Amino acid sequence: MEAKNKDLWVFIETKEDGSAKNVGIELLNPGRHLAEKQGGELVGIVIGDNTGAAVDTVMSHGVDKILVVNGNEYKEYTTDAYVAAFYHLVEKHGPTTILIGATSIGRDMGPRLACRLETGLTADCVSLDIDEESGNVAWTRPAFGGNLMATIMCPDHRPQIGTIRPGVYKKPLEMKKDVVIINEKFSVPAEQIRTEMLEVIKEAAGEMVDLEGAEIIVSGGRGVGGPEGFESVRELAEALGATVGSSRAAVDAGWISESHQVGQTGKTVGPRLYIACGISGAIQHLVGMSGSDVIVAINKDSEAPIFKVADYGVVGNLFEILPILTAEVKKLKG
Amino acid sequence: MNILVCIKQVPDTTEIKIDPVTNTLIRSGVPSIVNPFDAYALEAAARIKDNNPDTKIVVLSMGPEQAKEALRECLSVGGDKAYLVSDRAFGGSDTLATSYILSEAIKKLEETEGKFDAIFCGKQAIDGDTAQVGPEIAEHLDYPQVTLGLETELHGDTLKVLKKDDDGKKVIGVKLPGVITFTMSKTEPRYPTIKSKMAAKRAEILTLCAADLKAIDVARIGLKGSPTKVKKSFVPEQNKTCIIIQEESNEESAKKLFGLLNDSHAI
Repeated sequence: MEAKNKDLWVFIETKEDGSAKNVGIELLNPGRHLAEKQGGELVGIVIGDNTGAAVDTVMSHGVDKILVVNGNEYKEYTTDAYVAAFYHLVEKHGPTTILIGATSIGRDMGPRLACRLETGLTADCVSLDIDEESGNVAWTRPAFGGNLMATIMCPDHRPQIGTIRPGVYKKPLEMKKDVVIINEKFSVPAEQIRTEMLEVIKEAAGEMVDLEGAEIIVSGGRGVGGPEGFESVRELAEALGATVGSSRAAVDAGWISESHQVGQTGKTVGPRLYIACGISGAIQHLVGMSGSDVIVAINKDSEAPIFKVADYGVVGNLFEILPILTAEVKKLKG
Repeated sequence: MNILVCIKQVPDTTEIKIDPVTNTLIRSGVPSIVNPFDAYALEAAARIKDNNPDTKIVVLSMGPEQAKEALRECLSVGGDKAYLVSDRAFGGSDTLATSYILSEAIKKLEETEGKFDAIFCGKQAIDGDTAQVGPEIAEHLDYPQVTLGLETELHGDTLKVLKKDDDGKKVIGVKLPGVITFTMSKTEPRYPTIKSKMAAKRAEILTLCAADLKAIDVARIGLKGSPTKVKKSFVPEQNKTCIIIQEESNEESAKKLFGLLNDSHAI
């Protein structure tokens, strides 16, 4: 497909109540930057039911235009309805670039959409830029379990599409322009939606972990030694008002639930402060947390790779260090 | 029930090391394995077969001749027949071209194996980590899809799929034929028996090449047929200057760390 303009689109995922999820809003920040380099407009794409609140949110984050597809069939995400609606929009308006959050929905919809458009898609990107020479988007993503980074381009097909890891661009852009809102009428007949949601099993409230939005994360790894060992990690987290994270090793060992996992196969995080306790720093973990502002590593092995990405490294016994640190924090906050 | 399972032979990425001098991946000596997510897809098919003994499981892979080893492994843990799609012309294919070739191979196999009711894939391969080939096969075949599957239950011509999503789990009903991609779950892949291993060793694995896929459009395969191009690849650098704290006692270290974090307003 030929691009009809130089516009850059950002897919705004909506919740069932119609409001915008953070993942799309945070992409408007790099979206603004790339759209300007590309010489086109920044367009928010809102698909959902009762999307008024989502549109209001998108308005104040630097977009020039919002395309809205509203309808009851979009209340819950289905591959068939969302891909049909998105494809219709692309065919009609012909953007140059599309950014989609690499959530479970984004990674379900993205490949299906790219395939229907017979174009290229780069998955799970952690950095975006415009290649000066060609003007293409240079999409950078980890592969081989995070051991290797690859920069991918889609030179001859439009639109060029990428899914971007949530949490990579954590700061939303606050900017209000004169926004054009276009309501697109597009409906998908029920018989064309070939899947049906039968049941939703929410995680118990105590198990919900917002790692991506956390300001401070205290994580435990193999070095905490067992589920009991996580107690001192939890206590420090509580004192700091932090979220508890973990390495894959601790999840695989069954010490803590998967929803806490940071890394290539877990969440990518970018808190203000990340405290890694007893985490050696396998590349698969580092790829998920090295974007944190300040990194503290506490490990008894002074050779552990985690120290290569840390700002402060404490070599010692975490079972002695954590309680003292927790007590000091409590004194400060007390 | 007639199930096709797509698998990939991959290097075990947990065994990959970086050459500290050249700062590149050391690929030699890294064992080749069946992509772990694909093993869960095969296990899901094998469980359907456990309950419905008239089920046939056909395993398909695209790759070099060496990938037959991975296919044999699959034959020892539930697969009934295996096919390899292999041709130099397929080299350099990105996900769009790969999924196109696989969908053409699936159509070709249906001539002899009968129509597949379900196509199972791993959610992603651990070398590329794209998670695109499954949904793209579904699009080429115009089938519905469910991604991140954990367990399935067959009810007539509908498959109930327990799937993972960002906030928990869901059960999705999908009318067959359809494509389901699987992630790791509690249903761990079974082990082969000596008998099944022996049988897999003797099994014939047929190869399909580009010329066998008569309907294939050569402009859509290989490097030329791939819209995405790798511009460069590099090993991520980690060279922050770390302030090491190692005092006489752990207590002093903890207090020093607290002081530094407090002074820099990190806490």
